[in-house]
Amino acid sequence: MNADASAAFDLEVESVVKKFAAFTAVDEVSFTVPKGSFFSILGPSGCGKTTLMRMIAGFLEPTSGDLRIKGRSMLGVPPNRRPVNMVFQHLALFPMMSVAENVAYGLRRRGAGRAEIEEKVAAMLARVGLPDAGEKRIDQLSGGQKQRIAIARCLVLEPDLLLLDEPLGALDLKLREQMKVELKQLQADVGTTFVYITHDQSEALVMSDQVAVMNAGRFEQVGNPQALYYRPETAFVAGFVGDSNRWIGAAVAVDGRGIKLATDDGLVLYGTAAGRGQVQSGGSLDVFVRPESIAISRSGKDMESWHNRVQGKVKNLLFNGANSRAVVIDDKTGFELIVALPQTGEFADLQRGETVHLGWSAEQTLCFVHDGAAEAA
Amino acid sequence: MLASLPRSLPSRIIYGLYVALFFLYLLAPLVVVATFAFNDSVFPSLPWKGFTLDWFISAGDNGRLGLFYDKPLLESVGISLMVATAVTLLSLAVGVSNAFLFERHDFPFKGFFYMLMLMPLVIPGVILGISILVFSNSIVNALDNLFLYEAEFLRPGLLLVVLGQFSFITTMATLVISARLRKFNVELEEAALNLGAGRLTAVRTVTLPFLKPALIGAGAVAFLMSFENFNTTLMLVGSDAPLTITMYDRLREGSTPVINAVSLFLMVLSAALALMSMLSGRKAPE
Amino acid sequence: MERVSAGTKLTVLVLFAPFILWMLLLVILPHIDLLTISLRERVAPRVYEFSFKNYMEFFVEPLYWRTFARTAIMSILATVLTLIIGFPISYYIAKIARGRLKSSLFLLCMLPFWVSELVRTFGWMILLRESGIISGVLQWLGLADGPVEMLYNDAAIMVGLVYTSMLFMVVPLVSTLDSLDDGLIEAAYDLGGSTIAILREIVIPHAMPGIVSGCIVVFMLTLGNYLTPTLLGGKDSLWFTEQIYNQFITRFNWEQGSAFGFLLLLLSSAIIWTGLRLTRQRLQDTIK
Repeated sequence: MNADASAAFDLEVESVVKKFAAFTAVDEVSFTVPKGSFFSILGPSGCGKTTLMRMIAGFLEPTSGDLRIKGRSMLGVPPNRRPVNMVFQHLALFPMMSVAENVAYGLRRRGAGRAEIEEKVAAMLARVGLPDAGEKRIDQLSGGQKQRIAIARCLVLEPDLLLLDEPLGALDLKLREQMKVELKQLQADVGTTFVYITHDQSEALVMSDQVAVMNAGRFEQVGNPQALYYRPETAFVAGFVGDSNRWIGAAVAVDGRGIKLATDDGLVLYGTAAGRGQVQSGGSLDVFVRPESIAISRSGKDMESWHNRVQGKVKNLLFNGANSRAVVIDDKTGFELIVALPQTGEFADLQRGETVHLGWSAEQTLCFVHDGAAEAA
Repeated sequence: MLASLPRSLPSRIIYGLYVALFFLYLLAPLVVVATFAFNDSVFPSLPWKGFTLDWFISAGDNGRLGLFYDKPLLESVGISLMVATAVTLLSLAVGVSNAFLFERHDFPFKGFFYMLMLMPLVIPGVILGISILVFSNSIVNALDNLFLYEAEFLRPGLLLVVLGQFSFITTMATLVISARLRKFNVELEEAALNLGAGRLTAVRTVTLPFLKPALIGAGAVAFLMSFENFNTTLMLVGSDAPLTITMYDRLREGSTPVINAVSLFLMVLSAALALMSMLSGRKAPE
Repeated sequence: MERVSAGTKLTVLVLFAPFILWMLLLVILPHIDLLTISLRERVAPRVYEFSFKNYMEFFVEPLYWRTFARTAIMSILATVLTLIIGFPISYYIAKIARGRLKSSLFLLCMLPFWVSELVRTFGWMILLRESGIISGVLQWLGLADGPVEMLYNDAAIMVGLVYTSMLFMVVPLVSTLDSLDDGLIEAAYDLGGSTIAILREIVIPHAMPGIVSGCIVVFMLTLGNYLTPTLLGGKDSLWFTEQIYNQFITRFNWEQGSAFGFLLLLLSSAIIWTGLRLTRQRLQDTIK
């Protein structure tokens, strides 16, 4: 590997495998994280993301494969010698030390001088917006402040890579929303490469430059948040990222990427092949349609331009402000569809039991070759 | 039956009286010992002849030797302090090591060894004493026979007293320290490693400070157990007698209230150590 | 979660070394030595033979086995008395006292434990002796004509033993009684249970583990006690630990003393083992 090429990446993971006895927790994972980017690993619990992160931090050794930070292999390097710092899931702030002592901990381990430590700690506390917190005890901090101190404690060491292990999990919803914005801003300011693991898709989508979706020890897809949302490559990603209406069906006719299919409920739809598998006529399919890509109208005439049309009755209304939805039952098959309600106020008076017409395009009906993997989502 | 249930007045009075009597029984000996330290008489018994500090500060000129001038007694206090300090430090060191061994690691026959570790608490103190006496004597004889070497230090004396007390106080220290270590979140040690600390540094800078309340508590109890130990010490003591042994000898001879004065000193020491161990238990960060 | 195991084996060895040294040198080997010495007989100066003579001696000489039996019986009696006296107190602390009173009464129960046994016993000597407080109070009240000697008899020994043991009974009892849901007692009362019936059918069965572990500890400590019987019982206290002391220190007959020591250890261990078996508890749970 040529040094110039590798310098562009702060982290390179190559065919890493981790086995615990017969169980393979991480299975042939490879990816690269460009310098200065915010990279998230998104997956359900038990998918292997924590194991992967612990290997990067050095608490576990891979069974096989290589991990490089700034082009240097980390195999056999103990955790305290790696240019990597980690914000732990429960933060792991030292309760018997003051805030300033926590932030100074790593500097002291490096044998930095007293004056240098004081200066850097003060600057870092100011940077995370807590310039006066130095003398406080850890248990005097609020949840959000603890968060910031945990990050400050790492950033003060100017690591090549900052690992964050679901650090927002313990916060309440409102604070979590706020911290998402704060974290992204902080990362943009300091320019340190962040690797963030989470099971919460909104955290990953809001903050990241790149997201890897992980499932059962493997990466399903790596891409920017838009790509994951609009162009999922596997049924798992389509199901895990964002909400979808979902059918299992069979291809009736295939024409290039266009597919005519019949769902198990007997609905005939037009869709588009997505992902890596080759759709065969008669083959089994997983079909996904996002609630917001479905148009809704009280008149059937408006729907004529859509490939897929359904007439049904409103079964339930899920009012949630800007994010309101309706559950509609298809008159013919009895299938339930979730439809996003437009924000124009046009449907503010929609009633339960009312008849509505739905329509959506073939392009927004994503069809994946059915392989069973999506069941896990 | 409960504070919340109605109880008849007579039954409440009888129960209350019983509890009061019980606590009188509990406190009477202690109060009596403390009070008679100030009796202006040569016997620690009735009649009460008035208040005096003679038994603390009299230099012997009026035929009374107060605690602060009673050389043998003061010497034995010094010996007890020395023994207790040694036992405390030793048992804390081994206690920490044992706590890490049993809480952090798995090894073959762990359950068996744990049971073994608890044994010293269920062996009567007198027997611990004689078994160590017998064994050290066997070693002395063996060294003498094989190498013609006189291992004087293994004869009854302070070293054996320290070892004898250490043998069971360590179990207590291990239990107290293990209980605290069990509450320790290993993530903290990993965080220290992650921030650049080596394994030993991580333990020194993060785990040991976390254990501090338990170390203080166990240390206080160990010090007290050693200072007050009698059964094991009696069997292993040589010519230098710790305080309990000296007090025992004086008690058998029939003594002056100077013994009350020493007892009061012991009570104050106990109270201070008890307070220390209780305070260290509270306010410990989790 | 598996951790990096570089050097883990070495760490275990380093931690195991002080543990096993402590165990071997101060507990296991000394007791093996004690057993060996108890099983030998001196046939000539510095010449020993394997023999059961020391144990035979114990059964042949009535003083020995009577002292042994007396110690055991007195210990059982002391245990039962401690339980009977301590139970109502524990119940009061756990179920009737509330808030501050509860915690201060509990602390008060711990108090004597912090004070040296020697001081406690000395206190009882001052109280019970001929010129002591109780004798004085009795005379003052006109209940006695002259000084009354209450020291140096079995009752005095019993008073001291119960006093010394009380803490070890009250602490486990309070903690098991504390864990009894008040609702159960209220429900039983509501359903018409009498005080006796509630005690017998609800409270005592629930407190059984505490009762057993309290009794085991008290019995064991009483059996191995030396100070209280010798100081409060005087010359004729006839406590078995005293016999051991005499054989070792006064008569310098270590073989006989070791045999006695081993017999005491056997009795003590047998009681603990039986107690644990009866309640299906483990030693780990009984100690704290």
